[in-house]
Amino acid sequence: MAFMTLAGPPPPPRQLMLLSAAGAVLFFGLWQAIAVSGAVSAETLPSPVAVLETAWRLSAAPFAGHTLFGHLLASLGRFGMGFGLAALVGIPLGLAMGRWRLLDDIVSPIFEALRFVAPLAWVPFAALWFGTGIGGPVMVIFAGAFPPCLINAYRGAKLVEVRLVEAAQTLGAGGLRIMAEVLLPGALPSIVAGLRVSAGLAWQSLIGAELIVASAGIGYMMVQAQSNLSPAIVMAGMLAVGVVGLTLDVALRRAERAVKARWGQA
Amino acid sequence: MKDIRFEAVGKAFPTRAGREFVALADVTLTVAEREFVAVVGPSGSGKTTLMRMAAGLDHPTSGSVKVGGREVTAPGPDRAVVFQAFALFPWKTVRENIAFGLRCQGAPREKQDAVVARYLKLMSMEGTEDRYPHQLSGGMQQRVAIARSYAIEPDVLLMDEPFGALDAQTRTVMQEELVRLSRREPRTVLFITHAVEEAVYLADRVVVLARDPGRLREIVDVRPLREAEEWESRPIDEVMDLPSFTHLRTHVWRLLRDQIRPDD
Repeated sequence: MAFMTLAGPPPPPRQLMLLSAAGAVLFFGLWQAIAVSGAVSAETLPSPVAVLETAWRLSAAPFAGHTLFGHLLASLGRFGMGFGLAALVGIPLGLAMGRWRLLDDIVSPIFEALRFVAPLAWVPFAALWFGTGIGGPVMVIFAGAFPPCLINAYRGAKLVEVRLVEAAQTLGAGGLRIMAEVLLPGALPSIVAGLRVSAGLAWQSLIGAELIVASAGIGYMMVQAQSNLSPAIVMAGMLAVGVVGLTLDVALRRAERAVKARWGQA
Repeated sequence: MKDIRFEAVGKAFPTRAGREFVALADVTLTVAEREFVAVVGPSGSGKTTLMRMAAGLDHPTSGSVKVGGREVTAPGPDRAVVFQAFALFPWKTVRENIAFGLRCQGAPREKQDAVVARYLKLMSMEGTEDRYPHQLSGGMQQRVAIARSYAIEPDVLLMDEPFGALDAQTRTVMQEELVRLSRREPRTVLFITHAVEEAVYLADRVVVLARDPGRLREIVDVRPLREAEEWESRPIDEVMDLPSFTHLRTHVWRLLRDQIRPDD
């Protein structure tokens, strides 16, 4: 974690790597030790090695209809749709709200109220209206991913220098061109930061949604494993969720850095 | 080409105390076609407001502003603006910045390229077309901004202290270049500045404003002298040393001095 806190400045990269590795070794070592000590039965707490073995097995042998990758693909597909939809609607709306006060005044109250409904609280509604196949989970992801997309586009647009908008106006640019060529690029660093938060929330809400409404996907696989009393499969699912989530985050963090460097802000 | 007419223009804001703050009162002024008019005044005399009203970025609360006989209601490409802080698009290259206005007009690619090349040459900036603004010096950035405004062939150029953010040396070079450019491509220019020397050197007429409230104080006609002494064919430092120049400069300076307070 890169939190700048009261704990002091971050250590140099090499040292940081060592410390991170030490933490991981300690965590998995303790877990393995408890699991093999026999203090807790393997039916309750499988060892990390057993979880890895299970994940490996699942990548070839189907469980609950699909292999681990099959479930992962189903989850990623829904994620892509929900996240993409949230970005597609949230970013232009946020930019427009940052530009036109009237729109801001109309949309803000509803948005501010709705965003306190946790993504998972949309599940019953989503299941009733959009079903448990694709629509329901996508709607839940959308609910999770939408607010950061909109808020960051809005804040980014507000931070764009008024002079730039005025310069574009005096050069003959219309509303749409100003949105696409002034507000969007001006707000891009903020938007990409928002997309990162949004992707994290979307991925979390997705797995939550799949626990309830789905017929494939990592969440669905985990629930099936639970009723099947296979904790190793449940934990293999958690492992997959963690790895994919981390990968998404790292990729978006890189994008964020690249944008900032290109915009002369880093 | 179009003229700019300010007719009994006033601008007032309600203050928090519930009173009215008058930024500009009853300004009547005409900038003729192809005339270069500089406006000087102490801070708070409303000179920038005057320019913004001609641009359509601000609106008078009384009177009217007309460009080419038509009342100004919104910004438009017939009136290009050069801002003090350049206002270049940081994510666009020099080429893209200069071509922006032409793209808005839907000009074909070949025309855009030709215009960009022409202004890069005029501004002696060949080879910088693929750079980004933050990779250029302040003087270069303002050249790009001026080129961007000229590129759309506006009827009217509005400049708001365009050299205010530059160091003294760059400023002198830019003043000379602007004279060269405005002789090659004369436009109707409204030039806002607080530098007296700059105003007298560049303008056909210098408009001096007073403040509290912002209003016209005097209009100084420089043109007869400029033409008689052929300022435009002499280097800037020589012009600024002419007795006639220093006399005019001192005259304008005195008009301003008695309004300047220690806190300026």
